[in-house]
Amino acid sequence: MNPCKYCGANATIHLTDIVNKKRREIHLCEKCAQEHELLPLAPNPQLNLPALLQLLMLQGVGEEWQSNDAPDAVDPSTLTCPTCGLKYAQFRADGRFGCSDDYDAFRTVLEPLLERVHRSLTHLGKVPSVVRRARDESERDRLRDHLRDAVAAENYEEAARLRDRIRQKEAAG
Amino acid sequence: MNLDSLLPNLGEWLRGNGPESDVVVSTRIRLARNLANCPFTNRATIPQKAETEAKIRDAVSKAELAGKFTYVDVNKLGPLDRQFLVERQLISRELASVLEGPRGVSFDETESVSLMVNEEDHLRLQVMRSGLALDEAWTEIDRVDDAIEARLTYAFHDQFGYLTACPTNVGTGMRASVMLHLPALGLTKEIEKLFRSLQKINLVVRGLYGEGSRASGDLYQISNQVTLGKSEARVLQEIREVIAQILQYERHARQVLLKERKQAEQDRIARAIGTMGSATMITSDETMELLSAVRLGISLHLLDDVPATTVNQLFMHIQSAHLQKLMGTPLDGEERNAARAKYLRSKLRELGGPPRSG
Repeated sequence: MNPCKYCGANATIHLTDIVNKKRREIHLCEKCAQEHELLPLAPNPQLNLPALLQLLMLQGVGEEWQSNDAPDAVDPSTLTCPTCGLKYAQFRADGRFGCSDDYDAFRTVLEPLLERVHRSLTHLGKVPSVVRRARDESERDRLRDHLRDAVAAENYEEAARLRDRIRQKEAAG
Repeated sequence: MNLDSLLPNLGEWLRGNGPESDVVVSTRIRLARNLANCPFTNRATIPQKAETEAKIRDAVSKAELAGKFTYVDVNKLGPLDRQFLVERQLISRELASVLEGPRGVSFDETESVSLMVNEEDHLRLQVMRSGLALDEAWTEIDRVDDAIEARLTYAFHDQFGYLTACPTNVGTGMRASVMLHLPALGLTKEIEKLFRSLQKINLVVRGLYGEGSRASGDLYQISNQVTLGKSEARVLQEIREVIAQILQYERHARQVLLKERKQAEQDRIARAIGTMGSATMITSDETMELLSAVRLGISLHLLDDVPATTVNQLFMHIQSAHLQKLMGTPLDGEERNAARAKYLRSKLRELGGPPRSG
């Protein structure tokens, strides 16, 4: 019998999650599951799956580190954000960051978590217009550098192609 | 502003005549945004929150937004007014009563756009629409977001996108939700099957009042879970596909009801009207169930004389803060049940006696 994660009583709810051959489990008794709003009272039949998954993920991050015996591994609980002073242990407890720099400060332990929640690590979609303009500008600079190199190397075919792309970008930007 | 002035009106999203309004009540999209170089709300001091609030208020007042926006300082509101804004879905429960310090909400006169300040994230933009209107809602919120972003610097990360206080929102910061009325699927017990299939594709089903709330009056919200690695357009498309399927299931189940047990349904709807027209004590849960029957009756044409907007108005007005404002006095639980029954009786009388059933 597995004990309940919260109170140690016999667990009746078992959640197993297997990703990339890594297996994680959570065991809960009905009383604790309801207290933590993971298992809503009847008649609603639905488990609070997002909350359960989050629980599983936060637990997973710590265990992953524990099973990692590499001597250079950093203990995530000692990570602290230099900007806001948030400790990783505190983030694990309430699931909220303290400032935008936490994403870089905790990146090593955050990425497995993001992978589990979103099955992705890279944003796709809207970008603030100021960032988009900066990206376009640096892309044009890069093309201009290539154009200069192509001309210097007397590679005029390539230069013509690059010139067209720069014009295209300028028209779009 | 005196919030009582909102009382006679309904937000446009409750007018009940949007696309697919026989099943879809409303569409809501929200975006989570934070200011660069300011601690997130949960770690900000009171002066820092006040500074964030001032910056956002200033940006919103100068931004080129359609419509006239009013800012309400939630910190200065009493509990009744806060609850009133929650019921109108202009603010979250967290902003109303969990969070502390400087915080507020800006909304337009049609109550279609609401901008919460110092919620879990510095800025939570929300657009509401009647019926199924994901494209319209996205176009609007995208425009509002651009207008505000022109005057502020958002916390944005090259790899992770828009940064949020909770990693479950990072990336697009977008949560799109569609509120559905699914009485026939509920009656035929097919709803559980449906929910299991939704979970497999990363969509979440919730009751009426968001996270952790149970379904009341057969109303369900379906929303996306993933915010990182999928563009807004793709997420909206996934939701659209699922909703199209659910619409088909629900309409089919309604036709089956009509074919196999029309008389029993007619009876159930007539009894719902009868109860609302004559009860002297009634809870909001029971009222929601009765209104669900009436809503179904309207869409099956088993009931004339009751416009969908009236059902939505009752649905809003029978909630606790609305009821207390309508009665002009604070009421405890028992008194509310009596006041709710009284209000329903008078509303049904206004509709001109027991509606004919056809």
